[in-house]
Amino acid sequence: MDPSRLLKLLLGAVPAALLALLATAVPASAGLLFPESGGGSPSAADIRTLYIIIFVIGLLVFLGVEGVLIWCLVKYRAKRGRVAAQIHGNTKLEIGWTVGAAVILVFLTIATFVMLPGIKNPAASDIDANGNPVASNAAFATTDQPKVPGGHSMNIEVNGKQYVWQFTYPGDDKVFSYTRMYVPVGMTITLDIRSDDVQHSWWIPELGGKADALPGYTNKTWFKVTEEGVYKGQCAELCGRNHANMLAEVVAMPFDEWQDWYDTEAQEIKDAEEFAADQREQMQGSEGDDSSSTESDTESE
Amino acid sequence: MALVDQAPPRAARPQIITSTVRREPKGWTSWITTTDHKKIGILYLWTVAVFFVLGGVEALLIRLQLGTPENTLLTPEKYNQLFTMHGTTMVFLVVVPVWAGLANYLLPLMIGARDVAFPRLNAWSYWMFLFGGIALYASFFWTPPEAGWFSYVPLSSKEYSPSGGQDAWIFMAHLTGLSSMLGAVNFIATIHNMRAPGMGWGRLPLFVWTILIYSYLIVLAISSLAATVTMLLADRHFGTNFFDPSQGGSALLWQHLFWFFGHPEVYIFVLPAFGVFSEVLPVFARKPIFGYKAIAAATAGIAFLGLLVWAHHMFATPSATVVLAFFMLSSFVIAVPTGVKIFNWLATLWRGTIEFRVALLYAVGGIGTFVVGGITGIFLAVFPVDWQLTDTYFVVAHMHYVAFGGSAFAMFSALYYWFPKLTGRMLSEGIGKVAFWLTLIGFQVTFLVQHSAGLSGMPRRIFEYSSSSGWHAYNLISTIGAFIIALGVLLTIINVVRSLKHGAIAGPDPWKANTLEWFTPSPPPEHNFDAVPRVRSVEPMKDYRRQVEELSGSEQRFEAGKPMAHV
Repeated sequence: MDPSRLLKLLLGAVPAALLALLATAVPASAGLLFPESGGGSPSAADIRTLYIIIFVIGLLVFLGVEGVLIWCLVKYRAKRGRVAAQIHGNTKLEIGWTVGAAVILVFLTIATFVMLPGIKNPAASDIDANGNPVASNAAFATTDQPKVPGGHSMNIEVNGKQYVWQFTYPGDDKVFSYTRMYVPVGMTITLDIRSDDVQHSWWIPELGGKADALPGYTNKTWFKVTEEGVYKGQCAELCGRNHANMLAEVVAMPFDEWQDWYDTEAQEIKDAEEFAADQREQMQGSEGDDSSSTESDTESE
Repeated sequence: MALVDQAPPRAARPQIITSTVRREPKGWTSWITTTDHKKIGILYLWTVAVFFVLGGVEALLIRLQLGTPENTLLTPEKYNQLFTMHGTTMVFLVVVPVWAGLANYLLPLMIGARDVAFPRLNAWSYWMFLFGGIALYASFFWTPPEAGWFSYVPLSSKEYSPSGGQDAWIFMAHLTGLSSMLGAVNFIATIHNMRAPGMGWGRLPLFVWTILIYSYLIVLAISSLAATVTMLLADRHFGTNFFDPSQGGSALLWQHLFWFFGHPEVYIFVLPAFGVFSEVLPVFARKPIFGYKAIAAATAGIAFLGLLVWAHHMFATPSATVVLAFFMLSSFVIAVPTGVKIFNWLATLWRGTIEFRVALLYAVGGIGTFVVGGITGIFLAVFPVDWQLTDTYFVVAHMHYVAFGGSAFAMFSALYYWFPKLTGRMLSEGIGKVAFWLTLIGFQVTFLVQHSAGLSGMPRRIFEYSSSSGWHAYNLISTIGAFIIALGVLLTIINVVRSLKHGAIAGPDPWKANTLEWFTPSPPPEHNFDAVPRVRSVEPMKDYRRQVEELSGSEQRFEAGKPMAHV
């Protein structure tokens, strides 16, 4: 085929194909071309938007470079009678593509810093601590360790251990759960992420980015689920042989249901503690054995 | 040589008469006692080939395990050992030493020297590399390391990795690191002091430029690794607590120190690959390299910036936003000189007359593949996006596009390009083309879908996944692709073994190439050159051919790949 006709065909077909691809891919197949989102968490949605901006630019650069490469290979293949042009360089051209590459990167830098606050800083909660709706269009916080605007939020402590995630909920009841994190829909959840042993990494793809759990450090991230559902993830940093099965789920439920779940858990813990206290009283004087620790003792450490 | 026309000395010099000429040593003892840079180069390359096959077999086992969900082919323990060995092998025992081996053979020839500056040190470098590899692989008889090629603490500490495999990994890093550093010092001294007359810095072949920068990077980065793994060794056995948070140490410190080595390492193995592209493209486009100075300067620029981007491996760690922003921007900046190189290569092909030899195919296949890795690198440099992508198969895909597309394709390109010089025989172009297409297609099949696997939430280093995860199709495609690559590599090996005996005789300069190594017979004699020619440009061989054409009137045409009429 004549190379110039091929080029024209490509130039015509590519943008059309690109648009068609984007139009079908965006709703249809999260994960094929773009990162997951869908829990309604602004952090995940904004990462996805930023990713798509880079994706479009990256795709254009890709098509440009590979296109020129293939075009050169086809057009300038050795033929009888063809003589190679003995060109050593061109300073203007060198400066041109250096500046060109830099301009693209400046644009990406601006895009990143425009999107960053929405990803990094917790958004205002839709509901307050009692589950009542609050106005959620407050401005974002801006400091490095931002407070949640409006003051309504729930802080859950995430603790990675080989090979399970433990979640401790706020409040004097010290309610906790393993693997499944229960959260109310619409509440801004801030996470304090720690590790007891080796490194882990907290990640629920649909709710935003990763935060590594390093022993000796507290890492922070956040999310806000606006749609009821179960969001799955798993540990993303090699943590040993069973790394593949260190799973996590975020279960988002309406506030009332969540409150019921919380109260039940709190009551169970209280009962268990009372039961343990009774046991201890009974045993006191007889042996004083330290190792007879009960469930609640070990797990409320 | 040009020195004979100098004025004769006043007192007549005693005449030197040689009664015997030292015979070139032969047999297996000549290989273990050699200090000849060419023999050492060959030793390096064969050793690398063996490790490349071992690392490849490990990769195939990994892919077999992941081909189906909930597979029980490998235990989690074996799986962790395999990816640790695969990563360690490919990084420390393949893509870095392959350039040491190739540079060992070619660098003195390309600059018109008779050997490297310190031949015995050079031999020592090789043997340390070999023993480093053996130290690692000997652990297969006990318990291989299983904390990943990056050996993050605390997982690699005594408490969580009690086996000696982790120590074997440390000794491997020590031995190969020392080997690389001594080799680098040798290359630096050789390039600075032993260039042919007339070969100024502006006439240094671009492959030699990249080896020079590679060597400086090795000295700067691997010394850091040597210290870091020593600290780990001390933590494991001598009661120190550099990395133990419960004793005032820091787990994050390991990451900073490791990646301060680990990221320059990427440029250590990819810059010489760029050097190969810069040598091969002009020869097969029959055109001078476009923007020689820009490419050399970009090499130095990439190396400098490469020392300033390490924390982009650590975007998900607890670090301040300003730190993340700095490392994002420095990673962006490094894309500029890299882009400059790619544009210069494209401009070198532009208006050339391109000869589709296997060496060229691998070079352009490598560039085309590397471009994808470069672009996905921009995604990963944007730290909020990296929070989604890091530690997923997206990164696995990215780094294979860079390491395989950059380094391994260049390795094969270099093999086809310089095999005639090393052995005096040509590789088969027919087998080579089939192997190239298998490798290229296999590579894209294997790694393109891994981007999607990562985007749909598949983390790295998991030995199994559930059938409900939706990752099965991606992984199955990837596994099939891996075996296509293996077929391509197998054909390449067959080609090498066959051509050693049956390849067409190459002659000194089968490609009508540009640089000095083609001035001497193939394979070169022990002393390399009977006379070292004076260099007048960056393409000395082109100058000589022009001279021959003027004197003899016969056109010095390119007849690459065909057997020479005379032997």
